[in-house]
This record gives sequence, C-alpha cells and structure tokens, in this order.
Amino acid sequence: MSATREVTRRDFVRVTAAAGVGLTLAFYLPGCSPGHKARNTAAGGDEFVPNAFLRIGPDGSVTVISKHLEMGQGTYTGLATLVAEELDADWRAVKVEGAPADAKRYNNLQWGDAQGTGGSSAIANSYEQHRKAGATARAMLVAAAAAEWSVPASEITVENGIVRHAGSGKESGFGGLVARAATMSPPAEVTLKDPATFRYIGRPEVLPRTDVPDKVRGTAMFTQDVRLEGMLTALVAHPPLYGAAVRSVNADRARAVPGVVDVVRIPSGVAVLARSFWAAKKGRDALQVEWDDAKAVKVGTPELTAQYLELAGKPGPVARKVGDAEAAIAGAARTVEATYQFPFLAHAALEPMNCVVRLGRGSCEIWNGEQMQTGDQAAVAAVLGLEPAQVQLHMLYAGGSFGRRANPQADYLVEAATIAKAIDGRAPVKLVWTREDDMRAGYFRPAYVHRVRAGLDAAGKPVGWSQRIVGQSIFTGTPFEPFGVKDGIDASSVEGVVDLPYAVPALHVELHTTTPGVPVQWWRSVGHTHTGYATEAFIDELAAAARQDPVAFRRRLLADQPRHLGVLEMAAEKAGWGTPLPRGRGRGMAVHKSFDSYVAEVAEVSLNGDGTVRVHRVVCAVDCGVAVNPDIIRSQMEGGIAFGLGAALYGEITLDGGAVVETNFDRYRQLRLPEMPAIEVHIVPSAEPPTGVGEPGVPPIAPAVANAVFALTGRPVRKLPIRVERATA
Amino acid sequence: MITLNVNGRALQADVEPDTPLLWALRDGLGLTGTKYGCGMAQCGACTVHLDGEPIRSCVTPVSSVGDRKITTIEGLSPDGTHPVQQAWVAEQVPQCGYCQSGQLMAAAALLTRTPNPTDAQIDEAMAGNICRCGTYQRIRKAIHAAASGGAQ
Repeated sequence: MSATREVTRRDFVRVTAAAGVGLTLAFYLPGCSPGHKARNTAAGGDEFVPNAFLRIGPDGSVTVISKHLEMGQGTYTGLATLVAEELDADWRAVKVEGAPADAKRYNNLQWGDAQGTGGSSAIANSYEQHRKAGATARAMLVAAAAAEWSVPASEITVENGIVRHAGSGKESGFGGLVARAATMSPPAEVTLKDPATFRYIGRPEVLPRTDVPDKVRGTAMFTQDVRLEGMLTALVAHPPLYGAAVRSVNADRARAVPGVVDVVRIPSGVAVLARSFWAAKKGRDALQVEWDDAKAVKVGTPELTAQYLELAGKPGPVARKVGDAEAAIAGAARTVEATYQFPFLAHAALEPMNCVVRLGRGSCEIWNGEQMQTGDQAAVAAVLGLEPAQVQLHMLYAGGSFGRRANPQADYLVEAATIAKAIDGRAPVKLVWTREDDMRAGYFRPAYVHRVRAGLDAAGKPVGWSQRIVGQSIFTGTPFEPFGVKDGIDASSVEGVVDLPYAVPALHVELHTTTPGVPVQWWRSVGHTHTGYATEAFIDELAAAARQDPVAFRRRLLADQPRHLGVLEMAAEKAGWGTPLPRGRGRGMAVHKSFDSYVAEVAEVSLNGDGTVRVHRVVCAVDCGVAVNPDIIRSQMEGGIAFGLGAALYGEITLDGGAVVETNFDRYRQLRLPEMPAIEVHIVPSAEPPTGVGEPGVPPIAPAVANAVFALTGRPVRKLPIRVERATA
Repeated sequence: MITLNVNGRALQADVEPDTPLLWALRDGLGLTGTKYGCGMAQCGACTVHLDGEPIRSCVTPVSSVGDRKITTIEGLSPDGTHPVQQAWVAEQVPQCGYCQSGQLMAAAALLTRTPNPTDAQIDEAMAGNICRCGTYQRIRKAIHAAASGGAQ
C-alpha cells in the first residue's frame, strides 16, 4: 500500500515543482566551471530540473537532495546538516530525498566522473560542495528580501529559517521569499561561515536524524517494500556452485503452483515469476533443474588454506620496499615471526539483495538501495540495449549494505533486468533473494593469509619488517581495475601495510594474488579488515618480545604520527590503560588509520567457561577531522565495533567442494544484543577537513580483542574468527 | 481468502493456507512494515504480536493464526507514540532501520510482560533480534528509558 503511495509521492513532488513553486539550485562541479558558479533555475512551467542539492518550497520546507545512499550510516542527515548550516535553516523544516542517477550533477567528487557511495567518502567529498549549496541559497533569499523590502542586503540577517531586517522590523520565513528568490541571480561567490559560528555542524547535543521517524513507524521505504501495479515477484534458482550453469530444466510442476505466472531461463539460473513471494518460493522449490558443473569452482576451504599457507612461504611480487628489511632482520638481535589467517566473510545485510524493474518502450526504471549509480546504469543498459541515461534509478533506503550493494558487476540489478527483459517487460518485476541466495551469491571479503617477520635490536626497537600477503584481488576484472591495480598489485590488498605508520627503518611488503574463482568484493573497511589486524596483532607480539607495554611500545614508534598518537593517547587515558583490572580480565589496544580517519580502540575481555571470548567494554577514540554530526559519528563507531566484533568472534564463510556451508544465520552466527560490549566513543577535536566514519571503526576492534586475549592468556591469536581453544593449541 | 484480525480490524488476505503470516501481511495485506530477513526464525525482523506475544511471522503459517489478535508495527500505536517508539527516537537508535520494526515489537512485548526489565531480562528478550548495524547499545538504553518513562 504505502509503496505505491511512495512512488506517487515522488511523482507528486515532481509535479508540484514543475508547477512553479520551488527554488531549484543546481551547481556546476569543481573542474567543470570556475568557482562553483551557481545556476538559478526558476522552477516554472516544465523547467523543474531534478539535478540540484536543495529545494525550498513555498511552505518553507527545505528539501535536501542526497546524492548518496542512506544505508544506515547517517548520510542523509549529514549532508542535510551541511546545507542547513550555511542556509541557516530551521532543522525541523529540513527533509531529505534521494537523488536520481545523474553523474554530471551528483558525482562523488572523490571518484571523478562517477556517482556512487562508498569508501566512507560522503561527507568528505561533499563538505564544501553542500555548504556552498546552502550558502548560495541563503544569499539569494537575502537578495530577494532586500528587493522586497527595499533595504540593503547587508543589513539582513537569517536565523533558524527566518529572514529579518532589524531596522524596518520586517521578517519572513523562507517560503514567503521563494518566488522572488527564484528570479535572483546567484552570487558569483559565497563566503562560508567561520567554523566558530557553526550552529549545527559539530554541536554536541543530538541533531535528530531525518530518517528515524519513518524507521520507528515501519513506514520507511525499502526496495523490499515496493509494490507496483501488476508487479510480479521473481525468485531465481541459482547454480549450487560458482561457474556452474543450467543443463536442463523441467518447470512443469513449478508452473502448476497456484500464483506462478511464468518460468524463464536466464544466464544466472532459472527464474520463477509469481503473484506473491510465497508462490514464487513454492514454484522455485518445485523446479527440477540439472546443473552442468564442468566449469564450476570446486575448491574447499581446507585446500585453499593449505595453498595460501604454502604461498606464504614463497617470495612474491613486491608491493613496497624501503631499505633492506631482509638484511636488517638477518642481523637483528631477535626476530619474531607470525602467520595470520583470515576467512571469507559475507556482508549479510539484513535486507537481502533485491531489485524492482519496470520496463517501458526505450526506458527502464529501477527501484533499489542504489549505491553505484553510474556503474549500475551502464551494466543494466548493456543488458537491455539502452543508453545508460535511459535507465532511471530510484534510490530507496537500503537495509544495510556494508559494501555489498556496490557490486562492480551490478549482479543483482542485471539479474532483475534480465528477467524483466525475458518476459518482454509485460509486468514490473521484483527480484527477491532469500537469505540463502544472498549468502551463496558470494562477493565475500576475500580469505587471506599474512606472514609477518620483524627484527628487533638489543633495545627492543624494530629494525626491519617484512610482510607477505596471500589472497584474491578485489579490483581485478572490475571497471575499477585501472585505478585499483598497478603493476599487478591491488592497492586494496596491501593498504594499511604499505603505509605502515610505525617508525621502522626497513619495510618489505609482498603480495601473492590468488585466483580460486570465488567472487569477492569490498566489505566494510576493505583491505583494512585484515591488514589492520595483521599489523596491530603483530605489534603486540613485538612488544611482548621486547618486554614492553603495548601502548608504550606504539607510542615510541608513532612519535612522528601526531594523529595516530592523538587517538592512541585519548583511548588509553579514557580506558584507564595501566590501571588494575579484575582478575580474569585482559586489556588490548589497537590503532589504525583508514579512509583518512584515525581510530584507536581498547577492549576489555574475559574468557567464558567454554573458551569463547566475552568483550565487556570498548573505549574508542576517533579523529575524523571536523566532527560534522557527533552523535552519528558515535553511532558509526558503535556500529563499526559491533560489526567487526561479530566477525572477529564468529564470522567465517567456508566452502565445501565449492559450495557455501553457511547459508543463513543459524550457521553464520551474528553478534547479538547480550554480547554487545559497553562502548564509549571519544572524538578528538579537530579543524581538519572531515573524513570517513562509516568504515574506520571496524579495523581496530578485532586486533584490540585479540591483543586483550593475548594479554590474558600469553598466547597470540593468529587465526580468525578468534577461538581460544585453537589459539592455545 | 483468509480473514485475519490485524491491528484491530478484520482483513481478508487472498493467500494459500500454508503461506507464512509474514507474507500474508506483506503481499496479501500490503503491511510492509514487518520485514523479511532470514525465513527461519533466526533474525527477528519479522516479529509481530499474536495475542500480545512476540512471534516470528516468517515461520508461522497463516492457517494456524485463526482469529487471534495480530499486532504489527503499523498497529503498535496510532501515531508512532508508543513509549518504545518515543524512546527509539530520543536515543536515535536506528541506523539502516531494517530490523527495527522487529526490535520495537520485541521490546514492546517485553515491557508489557516486564515493565521494568533488568539487563538480563533485556538480554533474554532481545537475543533473537539481529541488528547488523550494531545498534544494540542504544536499544538497551532505549528500553530502559521507555520503562522508566512508563513508570513515571
């Protein structure tokens, strides 16, 4: 019911704007025209232009158009905070809408010409752009008021959505000035506020999220909730192994299920279309499919692990070389060596992948938790024989993603479009993946092995560090390969190691890139998920070998890294590092930089009777530059810690002869409420430009917990997920 | 056609008797606030109340419901002002929000049974509801807040 209403509401918005009641501002982007010159599009007649960041209605409502996906990370609120700050808007009047696909207006400034959300870049790339959007609109409202009231613009003030001229006593809400503002020329330049005068950015009390009211009423619109006239639900029988294909299919029994409308063969399997999910599910269960697995991936986790461990012992392509680490290690007073193992991990967003497609003549409309507009448009257009611009994307709330919806192959969108095409667009199609489909589809965080060696001098100072990484490349074979892979080295496989922050005079990093054929993808914090662990767990092993306190050991090696040091000291102090703990508890620290943000975490743990780990408390310090919305930063740190902790304690996808073993939450165990530690987040005050918060909370938690276990048991944890039985074996 | 007593109204759903209640609500009645997450009672996203008790609607055949009272997130309060909804807003609990209908229904049922729950009682009542965004700390705080607000 409400889905249909949502679609209608969007149409309504378009119509009201076209009726000439809105002020629409579109911005050229840096590099496209000098100085972010604003263009005023008086929204009259047919001239509603949907490529803008801001719309102000005659009722005074301020609608911010978000170019980024809201998948939980708070980006709708964050982007609106930037606009509202410079606009001096009343926060209660601010609404947010998802932008359409248009890479010319809505590109991610960190990604060049592409539109999309990822790499914890939403606020970082929009910080200036969105403030200018607000400031320009404010200047035009002021100019409109000045003209209306015949007073100098310089005497006009704006506060909390009210434009005021003290001398004449005149004042107006934004709504009353919209018609005139739309006729004003945008200023050639705007001056942004002095941060000391910020009202919304960085304010310590909660600036309420714009998406929360709908999310507590069950009215927030996810792709799963879209209902269109005549829409069919599609479920697909996928091959049980990667690379397998349909040999033959008998759909007679499936077609006999009440509610099943059609069965179609597509490259990725056999799709059953029905009038409801349950009919489609029963239809799919009734299919008789024979699979051809001649070209299928049949590797199992034990074989893969053995192969990776063997490769870890052999020289590989060099990713970074500073000095002569081998010679330094050979001549060291003491050497330390460790091999760390990391499993495949699934994203397991709670809303399984799904997509709604409606085809028209020469057009395609998609409803999706849309994360990679530009790539998705191109991939879907190629399947349908359309131009990318003919693929219209409705960006809805996403029920989590953690990287999964930014699939370089647009896998589930392409599947949905293929099904819609296979039935000649006769009906809109909602492709629904069951949890099992979602887990079996792969695109996992790759499995890795790291072999790390270092030499210490007589005083316990590292003299050389050598790290060899074994695992799959995420970027190879994707449209991002030219950016992500240089000389055979995937930057995402070695990030966090090649830029090791510790003062070690000689560093040597090698990478073996494997090709087992398992689909892999970025997973919240990407390479840092494993490099952060290997480096931070190894630092504790070095500190132990040097008989030094792990925080003191880090402090010496980070003397030239003020921001690492800043979060290290803050987390250590707030956690009471060095103070006595109750018997049976251990404390561990990890610090890691990712996505230009610096995070340190201190975990306090004990062991349960069965040897599993209980994490009681986590103290987190984050330096992400200007803290645009402190409460959202706290929530992202809390969430990142929970996400990383669940993976560290339980997360593991295994393959048995190529088949995924963990296909639902019964076997892919999640962190649950009783296991959530008490988390304290402290934000380092900073005037640096804002950097990421969606991902940087993740990398430090697993090594912080592992280091706490090491402190408690005296035995390092070298295999994830953390199992103390194994660690003590 | 099956008649269901949902949020105080008798509604007719054109679904097969073996259809899980979840899909009868979503596809049959258009009540999409209740979410699908796993289909096997592992995640709690589909939690609704059956005669006030929290159940997993994804594994409850619609034929087994009879005329018992079903409450979904849409019927938890007329205007989003149930104490747990207010507390969820005050604590800014949701991130992606997909699990929150189920979390709210589980929390509301807990507070009906146990108006002032301890941490251990919250653990027990909420352990069946997964949040991949990790909002658990705020959920706990919001439940305590809703409980003390209700006691005032």
